[in-house]
Amino acid sequence: MMSETTMPPAVSVHTGEAAKKRMKKRHNAEKRLRAYGIIAISLAALALVALLYNVFARAVSVRTEHYITVAADISKDENDFLKVVKTAAREAFPFASGRTQKREVYGLFSDGAADDMRDAAEAGTLEAGSGIQRRFLLSDSVDLYLRGVFGTLEEREPEGALTLSEDGKTVLLQSTAADFNDALGLVKAGLAQQSERLRREAERQSAGIETLTARLPSLEGPELDDTKAQIEGFKAKRAQLSGQADALDATIMAQGGERLKLTNRMPSFFVRSNDGILKLTEVSSTTALGKPLIPLSGTAAGAWSLLSLDRPEIGRPVKDFQVALVEDLRAKDRIEEVTNWRFFTSSDSTQPEIAGIYGALIGSMWTMLVTFSLAFPIGVMAAIYLEEFAPRNRWTDFIEVNINNLAAVPSIVFGLLGLAVFLHFFGVPRSSPLAGGLVLALMTLPTIIIASRASIRAVPPSIRSAALGLGASKVQTTFHHVLPLAMPGILTGTIIGMAQALGETAPLLMIGMVAFITAVPEGITDSATVLPVQVFNWANASERAFDMRTAAAIAVLLGFLVVMNMIAIILRKRFERRW
Amino acid sequence: MLSWVALIVTLMTAGAFVASRHRARSVAHGDLAALHSRPVYHGAYTALRVAIAGFGVLIVGLILSNIGLRAALFAAIPDSLGTLSQIERDLIVSDGVAIAAGEVASRTDAAREAVGARYNTLMMARNIGLAVLTLGAAAFVYLRSITQISVPFRARNRTEKIVQGLLMVSAGIAILTTIGIVASLLGQTLVFFSEIPITKFLFGTLWSPLSGVHSGSMDPDKVGAIPLFAGTLLITFIAMLVAVPVGLFAAIFLSDFASNRARGIIKPMLEILAGIPTVVYGFFAAITVAPFLRDTGAAVGLTISSESALAAGVVMGIMIIPFISSLSDDVINAVPQSLRDGSYGLGATKAETIRKVILPAALPGIVSAVLLGVSRAIGETMIVVMAAGQGANLTANPFEAVTTVTVQIVALITGDTEAATAAGPAFTLGFTLFCVTLIFNVIALRLVRKYQESYD
Repeated sequence: MMSETTMPPAVSVHTGEAAKKRMKKRHNAEKRLRAYGIIAISLAALALVALLYNVFARAVSVRTEHYITVAADISKDENDFLKVVKTAAREAFPFASGRTQKREVYGLFSDGAADDMRDAAEAGTLEAGSGIQRRFLLSDSVDLYLRGVFGTLEEREPEGALTLSEDGKTVLLQSTAADFNDALGLVKAGLAQQSERLRREAERQSAGIETLTARLPSLEGPELDDTKAQIEGFKAKRAQLSGQADALDATIMAQGGERLKLTNRMPSFFVRSNDGILKLTEVSSTTALGKPLIPLSGTAAGAWSLLSLDRPEIGRPVKDFQVALVEDLRAKDRIEEVTNWRFFTSSDSTQPEIAGIYGALIGSMWTMLVTFSLAFPIGVMAAIYLEEFAPRNRWTDFIEVNINNLAAVPSIVFGLLGLAVFLHFFGVPRSSPLAGGLVLALMTLPTIIIASRASIRAVPPSIRSAALGLGASKVQTTFHHVLPLAMPGILTGTIIGMAQALGETAPLLMIGMVAFITAVPEGITDSATVLPVQVFNWANASERAFDMRTAAAIAVLLGFLVVMNMIAIILRKRFERRW
Repeated sequence: MLSWVALIVTLMTAGAFVASRHRARSVAHGDLAALHSRPVYHGAYTALRVAIAGFGVLIVGLILSNIGLRAALFAAIPDSLGTLSQIERDLIVSDGVAIAAGEVASRTDAAREAVGARYNTLMMARNIGLAVLTLGAAAFVYLRSITQISVPFRARNRTEKIVQGLLMVSAGIAILTTIGIVASLLGQTLVFFSEIPITKFLFGTLWSPLSGVHSGSMDPDKVGAIPLFAGTLLITFIAMLVAVPVGLFAAIFLSDFASNRARGIIKPMLEILAGIPTVVYGFFAAITVAPFLRDTGAAVGLTISSESALAAGVVMGIMIIPFISSLSDDVINAVPQSLRDGSYGLGATKAETIRKVILPAALPGIVSAVLLGVSRAIGETMIVVMAAGQGANLTANPFEAVTTVTVQIVALITGDTEAATAAGPAFTLGFTLFCVTLIFNVIALRLVRKYQESYD
């Protein structure tokens, strides 16, 4: 046995089947790791795209605003422009009756319409006289309606001919074809949904009954009675719900031309005919009952069309009467979409359609001015000291540790510092760009110091030696030779720091810049707000129309940041020298 | 008024520069080479001294007078009101100041008006006194400096001394900032803890500090910060769950797999992600991510609150991805090439090299990146203010709304409550936040430094 030598394997450990398998496994592991990397980066890219898309898709709506042209009586020395707008509104739609309809007519117009007239009057460009055709700004909800936020209006050419017959306050519509089938179908679908919901609710009662019944044997005394009563309650509720559902089902199944009622929880249907608009209140496949929203000129048979708005009236702030008014005006070409400069020229407002970012932009400018004029000199001087003059000792180490730590202190803590020290201790005015600038300067300092130090350190010692050798003092060497060479890097760091400061919000909330301020700040001690805080305020506002303005303000903010970073990149590429 | 004083001092500085330069030229009688220092240094020397004297007196005067002013105002509260708590006294003083400034006060009464009147007279006196002192000091220094100018006067050396002093002071501002932060936070925190036991704050589970403050003091049982800490930790945890794997894998891919072209696209993309202001992330979280999660949850039968910890955490994670990836990328790149070469030489694949050699070597750096990320997540404010809840809700369920330390600070400071009342809990929370993030930062920086030393 001992002498028997084992034959060497026919295949080596490196080429055998098992080895190939092993190798494959190892390569697969590598592919997996690579795939994880790609997935990770795709996720980050996806997040970025989703974020930017969300912002810009909303922001583009701010490009335009909507105006309506109606006749107005404007006297030379008018001062109550709100009244002028109201009168014009009333006279433009004399058929509006009752308080609700009148309020809805006024609701079409924005308060900005009066502001515009006041501005024009102050500029001396207001055209006075009676019956002047003038453009009035539409309110935010109508603006959103015109953008299709509250459902899409579809206009359909009907197949049959329409006969109209007035019946008191309502109008009976009869078509020769089954033109109202769509509406009827929708009503039925709505009813079916309702019935289904009721049945589901009934099932839930059954489930409750089952659970409680299962618990019955383990109970006694008053608890038992309570539970029994509860079960009875559930049973009654179930019976009631099923009954309602059955009734609905019966209505749906009913044939024979019976008209079904449209409610405000269903899509709205309108008929345009004889220069007027009717809102359908009851429909069957060929007939309908309509309520005139805009009076008809007569009941003659003629051209007609059917309009439908898929969003139920209850789910939108623009009511059916307003929809009819707007559609009527739109058909008459009295509604215009105009480029929106107001967003850039007006300040904050409670009304979204007249709110703009001008005040916030100016506030940001003042704040950045304060930040820059403090952080830049102090930061550069601190960096010069630490790189060129500071002896290597504990004191310098302590300063360095401090700077590194300050760079990582949460921004809100700087806000608290500003509140306690600048506002309460030094008495700097609350909400002022001065207070904001001071806080942001302290926040930006570490960034500027760290970047400046790196840039100063990159200047080769030969420059210093040459200057010192020619008899320059240490200060002269630094300020005449090292600093100019380090400047591109310092400026790059400063711009990046300023870009961070421009987008900073949290510390400014602490020092009161969150206040609602409509005035444009005229100096660094006036109350002001800044762009990111404006974004925050609008994002918190409940009006839907602020959404797109928030997005637009973000787009402007991002625009500024992109420009600043581009300048930083160009500076770095063009002027930074590598030794 | 004082801004006018500042403007005058600025003008005096400019004037001193021009006048001294001129004087230096005239004492040289045309022979400029005879001067020890060039005229411009004489100008700069006088100007610097005037500016330092003027602004120094102004700033120091402002600081000292503000301290005195507060004490004087507290003394101006009539004794007839009896003993008042600190909160009430603060309230009366701030109302008095508001009345004096013509702003809206929470209440107007005789005591407040008395404080307001006293404030007005004191402010008047202070402003006049400070203006006289400031301008006097500047003028005095100017006269002394300009008479010193002579041919052998060493203006350059003296200017350089001053400049060096200014440089040192600038560097010292970093220390002053830290001292300012600690002092302002600690002061209020100590006041707060003198009224409320620290254990109630650290271990209490009910947070509702402003309920019942009308009676003048806080209920120690309603300032338990545990729900805030739990909420902060929950959101931070979710954020790190998103940021660490994505950031780390992205860093690995960038440093060891990506071609130069891919790197040229991916790096700027991550930088854009890093440069987006947090308020924009907050908007994204509140408007897009939260409704999306809620609807997705509803579709699969989960109830996800529209202010869920999940939404805030995920978006915060996205915000931290570039942070983790760039720091990890740096440390992975800092692993010496020789280690990689050694591993490849032994026949290891790239993946094996990364897993068995590079990651262990870079681990301290990666841990420090994660710690810095955690510190950032804890201190992040806008995302949670906009997307997380307000109510202190002690839960570990990420689908529910939770609140965080930073949200409560913002709510307390920007809320309707009197600033003096809300300051106690807000600054105490701020101090807690500062301490926790400081600890994380110090550990992270230590780790990085140690790690750098081992390969340098």
